[in-house]
Amino acid sequence: MRCFIGIDLGSTTTKAVVLDESLRILGRGITNSRSNYDTAAAIAKQEALASARFNLFRGAISESGALNGGLDEFIGQYERDFRLEQFLEQLADLETVCQRNVEMAHFGGDANAVHDALSRVFGTLREEAPAMFALGATRKSDFFRDIAGSRYLAIGEKVAKDAGLRYDMLLNVFDRSIIEVENRVYGESMHGQLELALERTFARLPQAAAQRGALVAPIRRVLDTDLEETYVVGTGYGRARLPFSKEHIRSEILCHGLGAHIMYPNTATVLDIGGQDTKAIQVDRKGIVESFQMNDRCAAGCGRYLGYIADEMNVGLHELGPIAMKATRTVRINSTCTVFAGAELRDRLALGEKREDILQGLHRAIILRAMSILARSGGVRNEFTFTGGVAKNEAAVRSLRDLITENYGDVTLNIDPDSIFTGALGAATFAQRAVVDEGLTAVHRDTAAPPAKAAGAAASA
Amino acid sequence: MNTIITPPTSTKKPAAVQKEDAMWLQKELINRNYHELATAHEMNRKVSATFVPGNLNELLMCFDFARSLPETNALQNGMRKKSGKMIMDAERDGQSEDVCTYVKADLGMMMGGEIGPTGEALPRPDLLLLSYTGCFTFMKWFELIRQRYGCETVMLHVPYQGEGRINPNMRDYVVKQLKDTVIPTLERISGVKFDIDRLRQYMRESAKAEEDLVWTLQSAKHRPSPIDGYFGAVYYIGPIFTAFRGTPEATQYYATLRSEIEERIRLGKGPMTPDGEMGEEKYRLVVEGPPNWTSFREFWKMFYDDGAVVVASTYSKVGGVYDFGFRHDPDRPLESLAEYCLGCYTNLNLPSRVDMICRYLDEYQADGLLINSIKSCNSFSAGQLLVLREVEKRTGKPAAFIETDLVDPRYFSAANVKNRLESYFQMIHQKRSGSTH
Repeated sequence: MRCFIGIDLGSTTTKAVVLDESLRILGRGITNSRSNYDTAAAIAKQEALASARFNLFRGAISESGALNGGLDEFIGQYERDFRLEQFLEQLADLETVCQRNVEMAHFGGDANAVHDALSRVFGTLREEAPAMFALGATRKSDFFRDIAGSRYLAIGEKVAKDAGLRYDMLLNVFDRSIIEVENRVYGESMHGQLELALERTFARLPQAAAQRGALVAPIRRVLDTDLEETYVVGTGYGRARLPFSKEHIRSEILCHGLGAHIMYPNTATVLDIGGQDTKAIQVDRKGIVESFQMNDRCAAGCGRYLGYIADEMNVGLHELGPIAMKATRTVRINSTCTVFAGAELRDRLALGEKREDILQGLHRAIILRAMSILARSGGVRNEFTFTGGVAKNEAAVRSLRDLITENYGDVTLNIDPDSIFTGALGAATFAQRAVVDEGLTAVHRDTAAPPAKAAGAAASA
Repeated sequence: MNTIITPPTSTKKPAAVQKEDAMWLQKELINRNYHELATAHEMNRKVSATFVPGNLNELLMCFDFARSLPETNALQNGMRKKSGKMIMDAERDGQSEDVCTYVKADLGMMMGGEIGPTGEALPRPDLLLLSYTGCFTFMKWFELIRQRYGCETVMLHVPYQGEGRINPNMRDYVVKQLKDTVIPTLERISGVKFDIDRLRQYMRESAKAEEDLVWTLQSAKHRPSPIDGYFGAVYYIGPIFTAFRGTPEATQYYATLRSEIEERIRLGKGPMTPDGEMGEEKYRLVVEGPPNWTSFREFWKMFYDDGAVVVASTYSKVGGVYDFGFRHDPDRPLESLAEYCLGCYTNLNLPSRVDMICRYLDEYQADGLLINSIKSCNSFSAGQLLVLREVEKRTGKPAAFIETDLVDPRYFSAANVKNRLESYFQMIHQKRSGSTH
């Protein structure tokens, strides 16, 4: 079947959306941008195609009438098992590379001990893996580097101590190996992983296993369907690195404008707060951009500002919003400069202000900056759609809602839980229109493909 | 081409950069002026510093002054990648980050021994002639130079066109100052007696050059435009906005330029860019605000790579607005000098600037307006967003806003500017075709 793909290469994450001919969202994929846009684009796309397969599985099984009432449980389990298979494959690859790199590290007489320690670390990691992907398990990140890295470090410390080995040797090997592994694209092996995962799922869900025949047939049909990459459009900061010609590149302003319009057709004003920039976009009734404003050179007031504040306060980025929601008052933070705000924060703490009240003030400071960019772009019109990573932060949303009401009265505020994919959705829509409305065909640019590997993929949301 | 000055093209042209003959000739003229400045005191000539908008070049030539233009020095240093250090030196000396970077580049150059853009030393001025045409910083700038060098200053106060027109009493006020203060000071410092017929002769030359300059800038009304009315125009305005207006060399330069552009039109060619002939003209823009000088080529490339040509700019009028009919008039020399100063772009009020931009959008069949706002220019950046909104409202054409700086390399973020420009071009494309692809 023909698929239309949009890829948004952001500074922090790379997102992909797959649409079918009738603009239905088939799948979404996200990965960390590393500092390698080629790999990030390939992996995000692959993740979106994998998610498209699960969407198609769901449709096909539902049509077949099997699993009446148990469909969600089955698809959920199958998807988790698939993520586990992906993780295990990449983990095995990491172990091979780590073992090989021991030889390059000049550990002398300790080399054998390091080999043994690595075997123990990876053995434990493999044992732990199923629990990490079990129903209800929480992971701080969905990216392989983060999950494998944090556990490797924790287990490695203990293993090294027990073996009387220097911990930094294990760190050294990990650092040498992770970038190589992280930058591989395991494109070829998705089918194999899906097959393995299916067996796991049947083992876990006896009711589904009892209907094996009725389930395998529609799944097989979907697996045999070729998801043709009919047209790909790229956007975001890394767009120039995408391996296709200029006709396939669209500005992220246009993509965000159109993506927001597709999500909420009455959108008139879009605010996107991403990792390193804030965009205010005015669109017409067809989603065409009428005007826009962005932050200038300084990224204060963007997602990175919150990242910095989280580091300063020694909490996770995703914890900032919930802490700020507990505030009973808003401490005024005057500075929009990231570093100065850090200084102000410490000063306020020293004065005995409560952490949640200060954080509420910081969220308000970010939104105030966004308000100024919105005003410069022509103000806020009804309906107003908020997108980007910061739209997931409830404290930022609360401040935005207050300030919008204060300045522009009653305005419908739209926030989609998948708003991080807005740019990719706009890009995918452009791809569909290029082919369906304009009859264009894909033009490929010659570039060196990222190194391929036979199996596995980065774990992802 | 029928020229007196041989374009020094073959010997000096580095292979990498492509320019029209007139661009090379312009560079030669500017370099020659730096050499004149460097040797002025040796040749017993007095030196006057004066600013580009409202410069009284013809008058200064009547007293044999060598002319130094501090903003031109700063931008030349910017283009030659020398301004970054100068600005940091000035900041180390106590200037704030927010001060105009032309000023800081100039102060930094002084601290570094007054070595000018071409490597030759610039002389200490004997006189600072401040023709005040709308930029408050100019006054403060000369104050700093005066404090450092203790040189004489004469100020011509030019009333702001707050009402959007020049009243007779405004002109009379400027003429009175010329007669009572400026000319007597110039006579005293130079030791040369004022000769109004000499002034008339220079003004005759000015008017001829102005005619050809206007023709050149208006050639952008053609499709495709044979010139870039912003990036290319900064070369074209060089001689007439600086020390050459009123000289036969300038007249000759503009005649050469005109015949070159006529040829380009005949051949149906687009503008010449540093990478050669520009490809297909896809977007026609009007630009407000000066270019960034430190990344000038990179900035320009972002336009021509995407087929964007600037058909008209307000910056190319900063040393004189000629396209609405003003010419230096030898029959009314002092009145005409007064009108020139009063009519400078920097001396126009916001509604006049909006009118001018809307007129350009219409007459040059432009797709939209781009504003390049200058980070360190407080006096000129104020109100630019109002201009943008008003132009959008009146013309219905899309406008965009980017931010860079004049000569501070730290304030040019290529990724950011490129992102906005590409978005803007695609937005025009989308709007123009009314399509959604």
